[in-house]
Amino acid sequence: MSRRTSPVIPGFGLTLGYTLVYLSLLVLIPLGAMFVHAAQLTWDQFWAIISSPRVLAALKLSFGTAFLAAIINGVIGTLLAWVLVRYTFPGRKIIEAMIDLPFALPTAVAGIALTALYAPNGLIGQFATSLGFKIAYTPLGITLALTFVTLPFVVRTLQPVLADIPREVEEAAACLGAKPLQVARHVLLPALLPAWLTGFALAFARGVGEYGSVIFIAGNMPMKTEILPLLIMVQLDQYNYVGATAIGVLMLVVSFILLLLINLLQRRISRS
Amino acid sequence: MSSATLTASAVNNAARRGNALGRRLLIISAWLVFAFFLLLPLFVVATEALKQGVGVFVASILEPDAISALKLTLLAVGIAVPLNLVFGVAAAWCVSKYEFRGKSILVTLIDLPFSVSPVIAGLIYVLLFGAQGFFGPWLREHDIQIIFALPGIVLATVFVTVPFVARELIPLMQEQGTQEEEAARLLGANGWQMFWHVTLPNIKWGLIYGVVLCTARAMGEFGAVSVVSGHIRGYTNTLPLHVEILYNEYNHVAAFSVASLLLLLALFILLLKQWSESRINRRKASAGEE
Repeated sequence: MSRRTSPVIPGFGLTLGYTLVYLSLLVLIPLGAMFVHAAQLTWDQFWAIISSPRVLAALKLSFGTAFLAAIINGVIGTLLAWVLVRYTFPGRKIIEAMIDLPFALPTAVAGIALTALYAPNGLIGQFATSLGFKIAYTPLGITLALTFVTLPFVVRTLQPVLADIPREVEEAAACLGAKPLQVARHVLLPALLPAWLTGFALAFARGVGEYGSVIFIAGNMPMKTEILPLLIMVQLDQYNYVGATAIGVLMLVVSFILLLLINLLQRRISRS
Repeated sequence: MSSATLTASAVNNAARRGNALGRRLLIISAWLVFAFFLLLPLFVVATEALKQGVGVFVASILEPDAISALKLTLLAVGIAVPLNLVFGVAAAWCVSKYEFRGKSILVTLIDLPFSVSPVIAGLIYVLLFGAQGFFGPWLREHDIQIIFALPGIVLATVFVTVPFVARELIPLMQEQGTQEEEAARLLGANGWQMFWHVTLPNIKWGLIYGVVLCTARAMGEFGAVSVVSGHIRGYTNTLPLHVEILYNEYNHVAAFSVASLLLLLALFILLLKQWSESRINRRKASAGEE
């Protein structure tokens, strides 16, 4: 495993060893233990748990809302990144500093704040009520909460890439007669897409697992607004450790496959 | 008007006017998005907390259960962040200063906790150390409690914040390369001298930045801690869990008061972050001039 390029600098064995031991003890072995625990189940038992209607409904809800939230972030995140990198305007510094608020704010605080905002009698929720629909306690509310907590991902992955594209490239394309949309499609899109996908994947992965900000606004009705992480909690409260483990394994495997697919897509794009 | 009658400069002007309009529209929509998604929630926390006046707000924060929750949160953060700080420096060191096989796998493993749901992070420790877990019987024999106690809360907090410091340091240290350290070694510095006098000053601001992000997440962690804490009031309740309990008891003013305390901490963290970031940029700029 050791193929050093800089033999002068000491500490390779120490730091690599420490890193591996720390990661193994705190992350890898505990995660592995979950899979071992799940192996107590036969395949049929496992299948029976994860194919129950309640689990499937939660699976669809969790991945669906996380996907939607990541798409919304893909749009508004691109807008924010573009404006922050390309323009100077009043308040730019404030927006720039506050973009990371969702990462700094405890998710439970975000959860109760958004619930107060979107509840039927809340500041925004009352408008929805008068129009005859609900935001909080529906998948729409869950999507909005996930959009809030994952907002910084796309902005922060796009910003450095956008800053690195020289403006001259766009100007050159425009001088050669390209219309703004053509510039966007042929110059900006190929350069930005890999970073955009990274931001999207990060937001998506975080959204699938998110718990604190969602449970307040979700309403947590089984089959309707119950997310997967909450379902794990429900199993744990009933001391059904096997059920909780099976759902946990399902969640990890599905997220892993999706992230792998996004990764492959990204590779194909950056190769072409 | 036919296109032939337009002079070149008129075309240019029209394009510029179109650009200016588009630019203004984009800036306004960015402001609207910002106000709608980020400012409104802040505004709601503040108004709900102060709904019944400053007196109730202060009383909710100074209540004994809130104080003990604050103490527990600070204690958990105080243990988890230094652990991940040392890990982050060690991991970034071996990843950025050496080439070895399997490096990209190691980097992926360091990032792994980011894509694991916090609830699963709590679950895996319950499976290991809970009453029915692998080590459950042994722990009970020796009268050691991990789940529903401080060690469990610390473990869960450490798990979800493992990548933060390493993630900030790795790109920074890769960019800096190994020349300065090699020079220090050739001039006779030993390993620790090289680290303290050459590496550490170079990575100082990136380190602070990573620690700030790590602290923010550690202090606010909810899902993972919720699984392992057991919600024993006054004993194993962290501040975010305390917010949840108050909220579920329909004590909304108290919930939002404690929440606004966390919000103030979050804003303070953003300030620290901004400051360390500007120092990193200044350092980069001055390095570029040399």
